[in-house]
Amino acid sequence: MQRIGVFVCWCGSNIAGTVDVKAVAEALKNEPGVVYSANYQYMCSQAGQNMIIEAVKEHKLTGIVVCSCSPRMHEATFRKTAEAAGLNPYMVEIANIREQCSWVHKDMATGTEKAIILGKAAVAKVNLNAPLTPGESPVTKRALVIGGGIAGIQTALDIAEAGFPVDIVEKNPTIGGKMAQLDKTFPTLDCAACILTPKMVDVAQHEKIRIFSYSEVEDVTGFVGNFDVKIKKRARFVKEDVCTGCGACVEKCPMKKIPNEFNLGMNNRTAIYIPFAQAVPKVATIDANACNMIKNGKCGICSKVCTAGAIDYTQKDEIISEKYGAIVVATGFNPISMDKFDEFAYNQSKDVITSLEFERLTNAAGPTAGKLLRPSDLEHPHTIVFVQCVGSRCASCAEKGKEYCSKICCMYTAKHAMLTRDKYPDTEVYVFYIDVRTPGKNFDEFYRRAVEEYGVKYIKGMVGKVSPEGKKLKVQASDLLNNKQIKIDADLVVLAAAIEPDKSARPLATKLTASMDTNDFFTEAHPKLRPVESPTAGVFLSGACQGPKDIPETVSQASAAAAKVIGLLVKDKLKGNPCVARSNELMCNGCSSCERVCPYGAITYEDKEFRMPDRTTKVRRIAKVNPAVCQGCGACTVACPSGAMDLQGFANNQIMAEVDAICK
Amino acid sequence: MQKVSREILVDKAISLLNQGVVKAVFGWRKGEFDYDVTPAVFTTEKDIKENFVFNGFCGANFSKYLVAKTVNFDGKILVFLKSCDTYSFNQLLTEHRFDREKVYAVGIPCDGMADISKVKEIAGDGVSKIDFEGDMMKVTTLYQDEPVEIKLGDVLLERCYNCKSKKHVAYDELIGEDGEVLDSNRFDEVAKLEAMTPDERFAFWQGELSKCLRCNACRDVCPACTCEKCVFDNPNSGVENKAAANSFEEKMFHIIRAFHVAGRCTDCGECSRVCPQNIPLHLLNRKFIKDINQFYGEYQAGEQVGSRAPLVNYTTEDVEPCDVFKGGEENA
Repeated sequence: MQRIGVFVCWCGSNIAGTVDVKAVAEALKNEPGVVYSANYQYMCSQAGQNMIIEAVKEHKLTGIVVCSCSPRMHEATFRKTAEAAGLNPYMVEIANIREQCSWVHKDMATGTEKAIILGKAAVAKVNLNAPLTPGESPVTKRALVIGGGIAGIQTALDIAEAGFPVDIVEKNPTIGGKMAQLDKTFPTLDCAACILTPKMVDVAQHEKIRIFSYSEVEDVTGFVGNFDVKIKKRARFVKEDVCTGCGACVEKCPMKKIPNEFNLGMNNRTAIYIPFAQAVPKVATIDANACNMIKNGKCGICSKVCTAGAIDYTQKDEIISEKYGAIVVATGFNPISMDKFDEFAYNQSKDVITSLEFERLTNAAGPTAGKLLRPSDLEHPHTIVFVQCVGSRCASCAEKGKEYCSKICCMYTAKHAMLTRDKYPDTEVYVFYIDVRTPGKNFDEFYRRAVEEYGVKYIKGMVGKVSPEGKKLKVQASDLLNNKQIKIDADLVVLAAAIEPDKSARPLATKLTASMDTNDFFTEAHPKLRPVESPTAGVFLSGACQGPKDIPETVSQASAAAAKVIGLLVKDKLKGNPCVARSNELMCNGCSSCERVCPYGAITYEDKEFRMPDRTTKVRRIAKVNPAVCQGCGACTVACPSGAMDLQGFANNQIMAEVDAICK
Repeated sequence: MQKVSREILVDKAISLLNQGVVKAVFGWRKGEFDYDVTPAVFTTEKDIKENFVFNGFCGANFSKYLVAKTVNFDGKILVFLKSCDTYSFNQLLTEHRFDREKVYAVGIPCDGMADISKVKEIAGDGVSKIDFEGDMMKVTTLYQDEPVEIKLGDVLLERCYNCKSKKHVAYDELIGEDGEVLDSNRFDEVAKLEAMTPDERFAFWQGELSKCLRCNACRDVCPACTCEKCVFDNPNSGVENKAAANSFEEKMFHIIRAFHVAGRCTDCGECSRVCPQNIPLHLLNRKFIKDINQFYGEYQAGEQVGSRAPLVNYTTEDVEPCDVFKGGEENA
């Protein structure tokens, strides 16, 4: 029989406001096994913890129930307290009477009743708890960064600077991501390439960093400290270590009509291409879908002009297997498709463009060499209308857009408007907005300058319709502050398209068993206190894959993720989780159900000889769990038909005891 | 399809036994009455000649018996499998429950087996003798002067009316030609239950399951129930009571059992065949099969050895739990 101590926390008024903590402590005193029960203002404080330690010694407690906040907050605290008092840390159970009770109930009577029930369930469980000892596993001192945009670059550089090897997997032929496509950056207006490319070069030159470009993560197994990752390096038909990036092949390639992804299809590239001048690695790539040699075996010009002999038409996809201690997801974002927004005539007129396309139009390396020209006739536009929140904050039109704010559009639109007025003062610039949101450092000052110094016309209201008529775009909009309808004949309309996570994120999350929200942004372990860790141990989040972010915020988060990774990789051994599955071999049928549901490959089988009651022996197939690989998810315990599989610390009988205590 | 007779099976059994291919034969032996034909192991030619039975009451599925019988058995065992039995046979192989090398399986054609309760409905109680002549049976009873003639096809077990497959999915040797997987109407019975209101459905199962004696025959005969230690026999499981402590407990027994065999049940129908209270237990399992088909695509347990059942397999195309829940709402 256990000797259990119950400690009810007030959490100031957080719990005590809607739960009669004294009544809870009093009621739980009579539960089986309980020999001591107390309440205190802040159980997690030093004084509260000392109270527990004293009680353990004085009353010879063998188990502890703390009725307090969610175990995600202070379970670790109280386990350490138990350890300090000489108990096994797994003899502690938390009854969550805050998040699941006091915060969701308004009146004292129901709150108290529920708190008592939750306390009874925890007591019932502790009665069946057994001491558990965690195993240890080694840490592979290498990190994987998935995505080579500014987030991945910064994370990789920071980890490498701390002395750990890092691999970057980038699905495009070059790293650089979205930032490489931008022109200027708010709020300082320095050129994106000027601040990004030095970092790209740093990555390329860093002896601790390897870049797998044109590659994707194929498969992830293992667990924190010991991930086994298969990386698919797609065939680029050019030997990376031989190609000098001279560009002779690009010049001579006869297939010149392939839409250029880097310029968002606003001009063309060749079948063999280098995305942009500062690409890293500066290596040509053959687009297999466009190359005549690969498709039909006719051509071969690039291999003739290549003096280095780098072209290899027979190259195959290659699978690289590597071990990692930590994985950082930095898969970034994309603007949403404008196909569903017929009202803005995006698909009807070339002169209705997205903001990212506008970036390319003003970029010196873009399709117009930096001159702001209308895509349809390459004439200078005199009236430009910027439309904000296209698909963002779209609560009523969720099937078209996104409910969330894309966060970066207000600032880049102010930048676009300001730069246009600065370079082309003869241009009239209108910005239609719902609200202007400028909460960053020096952001509001920037926006005010666009309005006050550069004369950008900000109009509160949404654009209802854009209709192409001749060379003009007729824009109908409402001006909410003046309560009138406006018609503008525009030459160019720029849509601030909402941003969404990259499409590769969802399948990647499945491979990593990392969780996502309904918008396919990765969820963090705690939205405030663990913002760069995913709930899956060893998987970290960097940049816009976790939510819309501008560059300063992305870089901060990228460095934060790196700090977390470094904190993990400096450890030689990790303490495992002792709450792992165990198979009772006397009951196991060897049916393989558990092995089939195990997402971690932790279960294997062996034939074992059993002595039967009639003194014969019988060889039976039985399941074995590798405790270092098992993550304690419990899927096997549900799949096991005979109940041979059980989860230590969350055993079936413990859970049943909790349910019984609640239902009594 | 070739008709199979007792003589063909007896000859086959004796020749395999005498050739030394097998050392024992699973077959059917006459029970107390003509209709309670019992599974049995034969090891001598004499025993087979005298006591081997094959008629319209040989519904018993031998697959499960192989689990216990092949352990430590030196040599091969001959087993006769009807097409439905072969699915259970494969499912047990999938679960590594017996050694395939120790079994010689002979597939036999089948036109369906008789349900004695349907026979009694026609002929009346006190059945003392049943003689088969082809598809006809002559049923002699204590209370009627003349034997009643009944066509086998009129008194089939429900599972045979709705036979899912005449195709044998596992065998070493086949008697006659193999049949086809049939376009069965077996889910119509489930659809009828789904069409009920929750109250009606509760009342239906209340009525049926309250007849349960907890004799455990359904579990003991079920080829999916081969656990080394059944939860209902395990004092640590918390559900081991033999006699129901209250009227809800027999429901829990059947519900727990249906969950335990979900995704593994081949719909062989043995549970309902052996139930002394004639509870249509197979409908619980068939509901699971219907739902699995609906949510994860058609899946027939036992069709292939080693197939990954949807409930113990994950693919990114799997139905989202919220949709499963909606499916439940529709039926609620």
